[in-house]
Amino acid sequence: MNKIISIKEAISHIKNGNTIAVGGFGLVGCPLRLVEVLGEHPVYGLTVISNNLGEPDGKGLGRILLQNKITKAIGSFFTSNIDAVRYVNEGKLEVELVPQGTLAERLRAGGAGIGGFYTKTSAGTLLAENKESRTINGEEYVLEFALYPDVALIKAKKADRYGNLSFSKTARNFNPDMAKAAKITIVEAEEIVEVGELTPEEIVVPHLFVNYIVKGEKSNEF
Amino acid sequence: MNFKQKMAIRAVQEIKNGNIVNLGIGIPTLVADFLPKDKNIFLHTENGLLGVGPTPSKEEVDSDIINAGKLPVTAQEGASYFSSSESFAMIRGGHIDVAILGALQVAENGDIANWAIPGKDILGVGGAMDLVAGARKVIVTTQHCAKNGDPKILRRCTFPITAKNLVSLLITEYAVFRFENGKMILEELAEEMTESELKKITPAEYIVSPNLSKYQMNGTEHLLENY
Repeated sequence: MNKIISIKEAISHIKNGNTIAVGGFGLVGCPLRLVEVLGEHPVYGLTVISNNLGEPDGKGLGRILLQNKITKAIGSFFTSNIDAVRYVNEGKLEVELVPQGTLAERLRAGGAGIGGFYTKTSAGTLLAENKESRTINGEEYVLEFALYPDVALIKAKKADRYGNLSFSKTARNFNPDMAKAAKITIVEAEEIVEVGELTPEEIVVPHLFVNYIVKGEKSNEF
Repeated sequence: MNFKQKMAIRAVQEIKNGNIVNLGIGIPTLVADFLPKDKNIFLHTENGLLGVGPTPSKEEVDSDIINAGKLPVTAQEGASYFSSSESFAMIRGGHIDVAILGALQVAENGDIANWAIPGKDILGVGGAMDLVAGARKVIVTTQHCAKNGDPKILRRCTFPITAKNLVSLLITEYAVFRFENGKMILEELAEEMTESELKKITPAEYIVSPNLSKYQMNGTEHLLENY
């Protein structure tokens, strides 16, 4: 069972029209090496699930956007990348705006075999339009459905050879939820260590959620 | 002391020892500067940290520790890191005692609008809807009127709302309003403001509390010493 592969080989698992989940809050916790190599891979029509769509000037996922590979984005905050705003206005990008907690929970649900859930978040707002709602204990809740990405590209601090993962500080963010939700999970680890080096207590994502591991490095961008 | 600091200091007085507090971007961020050192207060940031510490020096900046405004922060002793779903379980599950947020508009029924302006691109919501729906107490700090002079404290929000009826306290540079049982109540008035002047810039209908007082700045001198 060898999960460690080259970045190029890992990216070849992404096919035209796939839905991919990409970790990170802004650039922190984003697998920037995987995203960079995705830029060299000829796939189009991608739906991207990510809190943001990179930063301006083609940073992170912003680069993939400028290559016209993304047709739809599902996330909570796109205004920080003016390119994303421009693409929407030019009709080149469809956006599904989701409250950040709902985004995280839809991914968590996808990984946990939960088809959907009711939440108070967004009740009575524009983002609840055309969604089923019901009153529970006297309060209005909105029905949201799980997300099932084809591939997740995530970033970890350390991975052992089995694929057990630990994370650095706030670079954890969406990465564990995405790892669990995707059919194929590819992790970019700053360090790849021997089995046993990570203590059972420090493993945040157990190896059964991880399919492939590639070697990355620490980024200083945020 | 400028009016923004005044509002931040007023908001601090709502925070109790041991509270878990989430601060939004803008005036709420200033609240962190005035937290009393004799209280144990834990700042939560939705990107996955409970126990946010002060801004690091240039040498101490670690690109892996940021707050929800994507600015570098530090972690206090006793802090913890967690995933986004766990962070929002804290927010949506009612485990955050106080959320302090800015607003574009607040209505007399406790509605808040702080994420979208009609006619502009509606492409960012972040954690605002989760925080307003989930926090036990929602405090709004905002300037009383918009930069162009338009009133912000209204009968009904005209911008898309963030949540319905969930604001507990509204702090502006001129007044403090409490929301209770669907009513908006004027509790405090700034030194330089009169009831009739306030009425002119406040389309919202509100009740004047029988205990109406001056803007409560208890302990201000002490807090400013730390600043």
